[in-house]
Amino acid sequence: MGEQTLATVDWSRAQFALTAMYHWIFVPLTLGLSFLIAFFETIYVKTGNEDWKKLTKFWMTLFGVNFAIGVATGIIMEFQFGTNWSNYSWMVGDIFGAPLAVEGIFAFFIEATFFAVMFFGWSRVSKGFHLLSTWMVAIGSNLSAVWILVANGWMQYPTAMQFNPDKARFEMQSFVDVALSPAAVQKFTHTTSSSFLLSSLFVLGVSGLFLLQKRHQLMAKRSMVVASIFGLIATAFVAFNGDESAYHIAQRQPMKLAAMEGLYDGQNNAPVVAMGIINASKKPGDKEPSFVGKVEIPGLLSLLANREAGTFVPGVNDLVYGNPEKQIVGAKQRIASGQIAVTELANYKAAKERGDAAAAATALTTFNQHRDDLGYGYLKTAADAAPPVAPTFYAFHIMIALGTLFPIIFILVLYFAWKGNLEEKGWLNKLAFISLFLGYVASQAGWVVAEVGRQPWAIQGLLPVNVAGSNLSATNVQITFFMFLTIFTVLLVAEIRIMMKQIKIGPEA
Amino acid sequence: MHSMPNKVFTFYRDGFRSMVVGRTLWKVILIKLFLIFAVLKVFFFSTNLHTAFHTDTERANYVLGNLTRLPAAR
Repeated sequence: MGEQTLATVDWSRAQFALTAMYHWIFVPLTLGLSFLIAFFETIYVKTGNEDWKKLTKFWMTLFGVNFAIGVATGIIMEFQFGTNWSNYSWMVGDIFGAPLAVEGIFAFFIEATFFAVMFFGWSRVSKGFHLLSTWMVAIGSNLSAVWILVANGWMQYPTAMQFNPDKARFEMQSFVDVALSPAAVQKFTHTTSSSFLLSSLFVLGVSGLFLLQKRHQLMAKRSMVVASIFGLIATAFVAFNGDESAYHIAQRQPMKLAAMEGLYDGQNNAPVVAMGIINASKKPGDKEPSFVGKVEIPGLLSLLANREAGTFVPGVNDLVYGNPEKQIVGAKQRIASGQIAVTELANYKAAKERGDAAAAATALTTFNQHRDDLGYGYLKTAADAAPPVAPTFYAFHIMIALGTLFPIIFILVLYFAWKGNLEEKGWLNKLAFISLFLGYVASQAGWVVAEVGRQPWAIQGLLPVNVAGSNLSATNVQITFFMFLTIFTVLLVAEIRIMMKQIKIGPEA
Repeated sequence: MHSMPNKVFTFYRDGFRSMVVGRTLWKVILIKLFLIFAVLKVFFFSTNLHTAFHTDTERANYVLGNLTRLPAAR
C-alpha cells in the first residue's frame, strides 16, 4: 500500500460520489414505488376490479426493471469502503460491521421469498397472501435502508461511542443510542419520505405521458390520483422532518447550515436567502461580499435554526476563526487542541511499543483531554474546516424550490381529476412528465447538501476525508473511476431502454 | 401429494420459466455481477487491510501509524 496523496483522496471521493449518486437513482424509486404498488393492489383486492390488477402489474414491472438494474450497486460502495477508505472502515468497523451484515441477510431473505411471490405468485397463491407479500416487499425494502442511514446519521453526528487508542477504533457504547440518535432518525425519515415523494412523481410522470399520448387514460388517471395523495402526504412529512433536520443541523453541524445559506458572518435575526447568486471568489476571512445578488426573508433563519426569533446564527467565519463574544470556539483554536491529541496519540503508541507504562498513561490522559478535537489536528489551515459553500448553497436551494413546486402539482392533479377533465390539461400533464426528472434532481440535491455540506469530515469533527482514505495510487483510482463511469452509464441506458419499452407496451403486457 | 420443498421448487421453476421482461433483467443482473465480482473485485479491489495484513493488531498498528502523522509530516 503506497503513499496517500491529495489526488488519491480526491479521486476516491469522486469515485464514491459517482457510485453513491448512481446508486441513489434506483434506491428511492424502490422505496416509494413498492408502497404505491401495495396501495394499488390493496384497491384491487378490496374492489375485485381487474383493471386495478392490470394497473398493479404494470407498475410492478417498472418496479422490477428499476430493482434489477439497481441490484448490487450498493455492493460497489461496500467494496470502496474496504479499498479506498480503509482507515475509515477499520475505525468504524465495530459500529457498522454487524448491523450492515444483518441488513444484507435480511434483505436477501425478504427478496428471495416475498419478492418471488409478488412476481411469480399471481395465480399460485391466494389474493390475500399475494397482497401480504407485496406489503412485505414494501416494508422490507424500507427496513433494509435503516442501517445504512443510521450509519450515515452517525457519521454526521457521532454519538454513543468511545475511541479506543489501542485498536484505533471507535467502539459502540450503546446500540440503542446509535440507532435512535436524532441524526439517525431524521436521516431515515427524511430520506424515506422524500423517496415516497420521488416515486409519486415517477408515477405522475409516466401517467402524464400516457394522457398526453391519449393512451391507457383510465389507468393513468387512477394512478395519478393515488400517487398524488401519497405524494401530498409524503410532502407533509418531508417538510416536517426537513424542518426538524435543519434545526438539528443548526445545533450539531452549524458549519453546514452556514454553507446552506451562504452565511459567512454570523448575525442576530439572521435572514433566509430565498434566492441568490453566490460570489464564487469569496473565501473565509476575506472582505469580499458573499453574494453577487440575493433576495432575503428577514429573521427567518434565526427562527428556523434556534426556534427563537432574533437569535444569533453563526456564519462560516465565526466557526472558522471563532467568536469570543458569542463564545464560539473556532476551527483555528480546535486545530491547536487537535494537534495535541494527534501528538499524544503518537506518544502513547511509542511509549507502549517501548514498554513505558508511565509515559503511556501520561500521554493517554492528555490525549483524552483533547480527543474531541482529534479530527481538527489533521487540518492544515482553519479555512479547511469550511465546506464548499457554492455547491451546498445551490443544492439546498434547488431542493427547497422543487420541494415547494411538487405539492402544487399534486394538488392541481387532484383538483382536475376531481373536476373530471385531467386528460384535457395538456400543460399539467407535460408538467407532471417533467416533474419525474425534477424529482430526481431534488433527491440528488438533498444528498449533495448532506454530504458536500459536511466536508471536510468523513466522521464529523473526528476524522477528515484526507485521513480516512487508503494509501492507493491515484492512477489506480482514476482507472476505476472511469470504468465505473462507463459501466454505470451503460447500465443506466439499458434501464431507460427497457423501461421505455415497457411504458410503450403499457399495462397490456 | 407434493412435499413442501417440491412445491417451493416448482413455484420458483415455473416462475422463472414464465418470465418475459425478467429474462432480459436477469441477463443484465448476471452481466453486472460478473463485472463487479469477476473483473472489478479481482483486478481493482484486490488490496485492502484484510489482504495486506494477517492480524487485527497489525491492522490497528497500520491505521494508528496513519492517525499519528500531523499534516506537516504528510
